[in-house]
Amino acid sequence: MAQLTTANRMASLRAAPSFGERIDLPRRVVFLAAASMIGIVVLLLGFITWQGLQLFLKDGVPVTQVLSSTWQPDSTSPDVTFGLLPFIAGTVFVTAVALLISTPLSVGLALFLSEVAPRWARAIVQPALEIFVGIPSVVWGWLGITILVPFLSDTFHHDLALSLPVVGEVFRAPGFLTGFSWLAGSLVLSIMVLPTITSVSFDAFRAIPQELRTGSLALGTTRWQTIRHILIPAALPGVLTAVVLGMTRAAGEALAVQMVIGNTPVMPQAISQPVTTLTSQITLDMGNTVFGEPWQDALWTMSLVLLIISVASVVLVRVINKRRMAS
Amino acid sequence: MNTGDEMLVASTTYQEPLIRRVEVSASLAAEAATTVEREIKIATSHVSISYGEKVAVRDVSLQIQDRSIMALIGPSGSGKSTFLRCFNRMNDLIPGARVEGEVSLDGENVTDPDVSVVELRRRVGMVFQRPNPFPMSIYENVAYGPRRRGLNDRGKLEELVETSLKRAALWDEVKDDLRRKSGLALSGGQQQRLCIARVLATEPEVILMDEPASALDPVSTLRIEELMRELREAYTIVIVTHNMQQAARVSDVTAFFTMAEDRAGYLVEVGPTGQIFTRPNERLTEDYISGRFG
Amino acid sequence: MTATATSAGSGSRGPAPSLRHRPSGGSILADRAATVVLWGTGVFVLLLLGAIILHFAMAAWGVVSLSFVLDDPSDAALGGIMPVLWNSVYMLALTMLIAVPVGILGGIYMSEYAGDNAVTSAIRFAEEAISSVPSIVVGLFGLILFVDNFHMGFTALGGALALTLFNLPLMTRLSEQALRAVPQDERSASLALGATKWQTIRHVVLPLAIPGLVTGVILTAGRVFGEAAVLLFTSGIGTPAHYDFANLDLTNPASPWSPFRPATTLSVYIWKLQSEGLGAFKNQIVDGSAAILISMVLVFNLGARLVGRLLTRKLTAA
Repeated sequence: MAQLTTANRMASLRAAPSFGERIDLPRRVVFLAAASMIGIVVLLLGFITWQGLQLFLKDGVPVTQVLSSTWQPDSTSPDVTFGLLPFIAGTVFVTAVALLISTPLSVGLALFLSEVAPRWARAIVQPALEIFVGIPSVVWGWLGITILVPFLSDTFHHDLALSLPVVGEVFRAPGFLTGFSWLAGSLVLSIMVLPTITSVSFDAFRAIPQELRTGSLALGTTRWQTIRHILIPAALPGVLTAVVLGMTRAAGEALAVQMVIGNTPVMPQAISQPVTTLTSQITLDMGNTVFGEPWQDALWTMSLVLLIISVASVVLVRVINKRRMAS
Repeated sequence: MNTGDEMLVASTTYQEPLIRRVEVSASLAAEAATTVEREIKIATSHVSISYGEKVAVRDVSLQIQDRSIMALIGPSGSGKSTFLRCFNRMNDLIPGARVEGEVSLDGENVTDPDVSVVELRRRVGMVFQRPNPFPMSIYENVAYGPRRRGLNDRGKLEELVETSLKRAALWDEVKDDLRRKSGLALSGGQQQRLCIARVLATEPEVILMDEPASALDPVSTLRIEELMRELREAYTIVIVTHNMQQAARVSDVTAFFTMAEDRAGYLVEVGPTGQIFTRPNERLTEDYISGRFG
Repeated sequence: MTATATSAGSGSRGPAPSLRHRPSGGSILADRAATVVLWGTGVFVLLLLGAIILHFAMAAWGVVSLSFVLDDPSDAALGGIMPVLWNSVYMLALTMLIAVPVGILGGIYMSEYAGDNAVTSAIRFAEEAISSVPSIVVGLFGLILFVDNFHMGFTALGGALALTLFNLPLMTRLSEQALRAVPQDERSASLALGATKWQTIRHVVLPLAIPGLVTGVILTAGRVFGEAAVLLFTSGIGTPAHYDFANLDLTNPASPWSPFRPATTLSVYIWKLQSEGLGAFKNQIVDGSAAILISMVLVFNLGARLVGRLLTRKLTAA
């Protein structure tokens, strides 16, 4: 009897998997859910690329014209020109200044949270940062319009500010001095990317083994020397990743920037001047143009440029991290 | 040697584990009397260390002579490493850690709040259980301490790096790619000698070693021990070790720690290594040495 | 060796400086300055957040009231924001209806099934790529796909789909993290009892991951609620005048319950008002709306923490 049972068991172990086991439906379903993201990326890249190329393919606008700085998209005008350089330069410069402001602040904040703050301080500042992440961009834009722009306008016109050595020169530079400006855009962006750069840098600092800190401090160095000469170099790839991610977010941010930048399609020359960006122009013009007309095709080309920037940054982050793994 | 007498007095006025304390101090005083020719480098008096509510080390008083090697032995959890870390105030880095009592270096109390820990740690270097070279070249690892102290003269730095690596018995193995090779690319034993060189470059007087060979293979361990005996000529060395043979091989004086019932570590006895290993005063020490406990 | 050691050793050193002597004052000073500056960054962030919350609390004073929340917009008076607030809630529900199941299922694949192969790394790349695409470009993709190609026009459904694909990577990643946090032992124990992999996931892993999953859902919801750029060209920027909630015909674009109608959300409404609004009460309405958005952000954040903690306690106690 006992032998029989064992024999049965043996047999069942060797039995072919049931239909359900062979198909493994759950596995297929969850795989589809995850792989749907590949589908989304392919579709998104395909559609945006196709639409973005219409300006060249259908409207016959030469690439050299797109790289010029004259923006005259109105088809009723005698010399229609689709120079995208002001938008690209605007995006690059506004983002660059935002990162210049935000990076030291964010890395400092990450260092504060990881190296300096006692537990209670971290327990207050970290949730505060999470709330910053959650504040919608239209709210940042509205704060920009109601508080920052009037403040900058006052400052631009203030005699004291104008008489300052370097700052004064900047404020006297060409521009309408309404407060809607490159600087306003960069300032709003610098606060918006602060949580991104901070949290990624914070992770980079936390990932450094504790032994490096104790090793350095035990040699009789100060905390700042340890931070500057050991921790920052060791966390550099992570901090770089953080800055690239911040850059991606800043370059792609639309509404908050559009609300404070002044939306003037000129080459940026002074930080006090109203300029425009790729995202701002798309936001403003997309609704006022007709599908298929060259003006709208130029907007699609702008979105293709944005897409290229973001895919390039993903690749860049991967390269940085691969380096880190290798070293 | 009044310090010993003072301690004896202090110990008798202290009420709690009265009898044992007096005996320990008495044996210490007797020991001190036999080796008068050397100065006291480090002295602790009634040192207790606690983390929050938990007492890790209770009431330890001992003295360490200049240019000698003291080994701290005992079962794990007996607070040896914690005690070691109060000499260079590494316990400051642990939130909630509290040190009571007095720890003096050349007669100066190091637990005083206005003591500069930076200066203290330059004079009292430390080598850790796991080798922890910085992720930079061998040269930069050794030059790190002196540079932070403001030494930027290239010639002097090179000289200092070379002497430090030579003293740490690593020079011959690394001199060819000093600046190219990362400290992390060395073997475990080499990494630990690099860490010793790194400490030597800051020109300390005392070197604390927290189980410096426990992560190393036997050959590397012997090299480190050999190195310690050489360094003893110029430095005061305090080593925490689990390895009793190691303590017996390298140290001049051995201090035995164990745990009380509340898991707080305390000092059972301290004496010349030969005596501790052959005829200890305390039953607990004997049991531990002979392997009956720990 | 010994000779080198003695000749350069402490024997040749002069008397040691006092420990109270501050070595090379510059480095100590720099350390102090750095500590002050680093604390300064923390204080700055807190002050800024405090100022923003205070600003909106003051701006909303006298604007936000029950009638502001429950009334229709008005040209003559302050009016209310009822239709756009409804749209925000409606779009949130519609988006989460799609994004939560797909995101959790995707998270299950990434945490439980994904091997170390090309497909997995392609999925990871896609995840990162979508996260980094600007929201306005995702909105344009929605415009071209749903509005133009599918001839849907501006609809709540199109907007919700665009929001879904924008937030899918976040939802997937948060789910994956929540599932990965479940200890491996729990899986082994279930498999050792003869349960299949799917039974193990369904009855052991998922229940244990619930606190993390709920936190993920709430965090995603917070982001969906405030998003505007994705919706500008997918669900439209018109101003609805009045909704008749008695109209339950889902195919009728006039019904507020229908997904086949344009739906301006609160965030989009703020953008629209500030850019083209002319009414006398424009600023008050935007201030009030922004205050409501900020409070929702606070609610979502605190909610995620609170619910996560409560569920963890409940699960670990049971």
